[in-house]
Amino acid sequence: MTGSDALNAVLALPVGAAVLLALLPGYRVSSWINVATSFLTLLAAASLLVLDRPVPGNYLQVDDLNIVFIVLNTFVGFTAAFFSASYIGHELETGRLTPANLRFYHAMYQIMMFGMNLALVSNNIGLMWVAVELATLSTVLMVGLYRTPEALEAAWKYFILGSVGIALALFGTILVYLAAQPVLGEGTPAMVWTNLIEAAPQFDPALLNVAFVFLLVGYGTKVGLVPFHAWLPDAHAEGPTPISAVLSGLLLNVALYAVLRFKLLMTANAEAVAPGPLMIGLGLLSLVFAAFMLYRRRDIKRLFAYSSIEHMGIIVFAFGIGGPLANFAGLLHMVMHSLTKSAIFFAVGNVAQIKGTQQLSEIRGLTQSHPMLGWGLVLAVLSIAGMPPSGVFMSEFLIVTTSFARAPVLALILVFGLLLAFGALLLRLTGVAFGKPTGENHPMTGSLLPLWLHLALIYLIGLHMPQAMVAWFQTVAAILG
Amino acid sequence: MQGYAFDIAHMLAGSLVLVSFMMIYQDRIYALLNTFALQAALLALAVAWQAYTQNAPHLYATAAIALIFKAMIVPWALHRVVARMGIQRTVETVTGVVPTMLAGMGLVALSILLMLQLTEAAENALAREDLAFALSVILLGLLMMVTRRNAVTQVVGFMSLENGLILAAAGAQGMPLVVEISVAFSVLIAMIVIGVFLFRIRERFDSVDIEQLDAFRGEKR
Repeated sequence: MTGSDALNAVLALPVGAAVLLALLPGYRVSSWINVATSFLTLLAAASLLVLDRPVPGNYLQVDDLNIVFIVLNTFVGFTAAFFSASYIGHELETGRLTPANLRFYHAMYQIMMFGMNLALVSNNIGLMWVAVELATLSTVLMVGLYRTPEALEAAWKYFILGSVGIALALFGTILVYLAAQPVLGEGTPAMVWTNLIEAAPQFDPALLNVAFVFLLVGYGTKVGLVPFHAWLPDAHAEGPTPISAVLSGLLLNVALYAVLRFKLLMTANAEAVAPGPLMIGLGLLSLVFAAFMLYRRRDIKRLFAYSSIEHMGIIVFAFGIGGPLANFAGLLHMVMHSLTKSAIFFAVGNVAQIKGTQQLSEIRGLTQSHPMLGWGLVLAVLSIAGMPPSGVFMSEFLIVTTSFARAPVLALILVFGLLLAFGALLLRLTGVAFGKPTGENHPMTGSLLPLWLHLALIYLIGLHMPQAMVAWFQTVAAILG
Repeated sequence: MQGYAFDIAHMLAGSLVLVSFMMIYQDRIYALLNTFALQAALLALAVAWQAYTQNAPHLYATAAIALIFKAMIVPWALHRVVARMGIQRTVETVTGVVPTMLAGMGLVALSILLMLQLTEAAENALAREDLAFALSVILLGLLMMVTRRNAVTQVVGFMSLENGLILAAAGAQGMPLVVEISVAFSVLIAMIVIGVFLFRIRERFDSVDIEQLDAFRGEKR
């Protein structure tokens, strides 16, 4: 097998499976086909690490930067599919979903994976835009799956805000093309990343500046940056929990990847404004705003949705600061956040099934009633709050120390936001995890395996990051400049 | 030849902006849909003219899609949706017409100032003007989405915004295949919106007024 075969497999497997799943009626078989496909996609993606990379074409490419995202994307895609397979049957029993809904759900899951993978491997700004749009549309449909008034409102809001964001991003894309066209000539070559990066120093800086503003606002809406975040908590809270895990863990990263790519283009042009300060500003705003919002949450899924906004803020801040160390930390934080947040949603899905509610006030004493689940949730939340020895602590520590060295005032705001969020999360965690168990106690169906697998990874990386991984991330951080 | 090609393109793009303003002050849904159809037809003409002057045959396909799908099928389908679901026929706005119009003028001034200054270096005057008009249409579409309350009118606002995007893409010399792809996606969006959302919302509510949905905000207890 060559690298280009593996690359094709990463894209072809989800498409093939989506067609198959749309045709198959039984949900049990479908859910395991979903898992198997996701696993094979993960294998194909992982093999890209060792195989020779295919030569970048006009449409697809694999390089040091996007391979991190692809492997992470397919890995969480697989664990979420596994969780979903054990979890989703219960939704059928409680009557929240019908078999037809599930057939649709499984087909859409693979279409969404295809959209995200395509966005990550695209070497063409037009193709990337289309792929992000595809991923957005498929997730909109998933968020509205329960058809309750809340779910419909969430899906509608997500659809409207996501579409506007994506429309602005397209305008930015057109502007980039216009900037590239005098240098690279008309036609497809002027939309290819590898060409754009080489020719970027000769682009008209004024056009690039405005293009970047549109792109940052457009894709930033999808990253969930404040003040374009309004869709995010609703979409996370009202959709099926496996989708919340995928939204937080993956879709936000895909949009972030787009922002990073365009940031590279900006830094390559010496006369264009530095994209860093814009990103730092939006990042800090998201962090502090979300940290305050954490205190007033009553719904457990919304709580962690706001925590996602907070962490995307931290990551965008780190990449905004730039330089090898901050980029390394930002990249690590992104990986750790994806793993931890999806683990939290795996736990929360089980909690919501057991208690039959997502209200924080009605969930008590989980560590007593369900030790494995309760302690899993405790470990995951401690990790997301940034407690050592988790990987999140390591990345946050790196971000804080670099920003103290580079911009002490900003670092103070950063630390303030982090502590604020830390307090809110621990406050909520003690209520949910400890004390006397109350409320209903339905049997738990969702598997705990994905949760503990993620936890093992987070804490292993936190305790000892493998040398190969350090070297790998260092190369990527160097590319990010 | 160049002079008159420029004038026609200029006129068509400018009339798109004008129709955007017309959409802002419509207060009946059917009239709004008709105005949108007019804008889509104008877009088709503008894109076709670009195809002719740029000698880019693939743009004719984009023009045809705009004409057949956006100017005919979508308005017709929305007419049926409104009729069948018995949606209120008047457009509910958040603010009055006058403030909205004033805001619209401000946005157009902003986009023209921004775009003309930005592309000063560009030798192609047509692309410059087109871009300024396209950004105006985009911003007016956004304004319409913000100031309307019904789902149908928000969708119309979004489609009008998309008209602006297509205008910008068509005006960019030799922009590859992406035009068709983005149009295909607008088809998908329109289908999803009409098919899924409106019918689902209809299943549960007697209105597609988004404000009513707000009452169900997840954290109300």
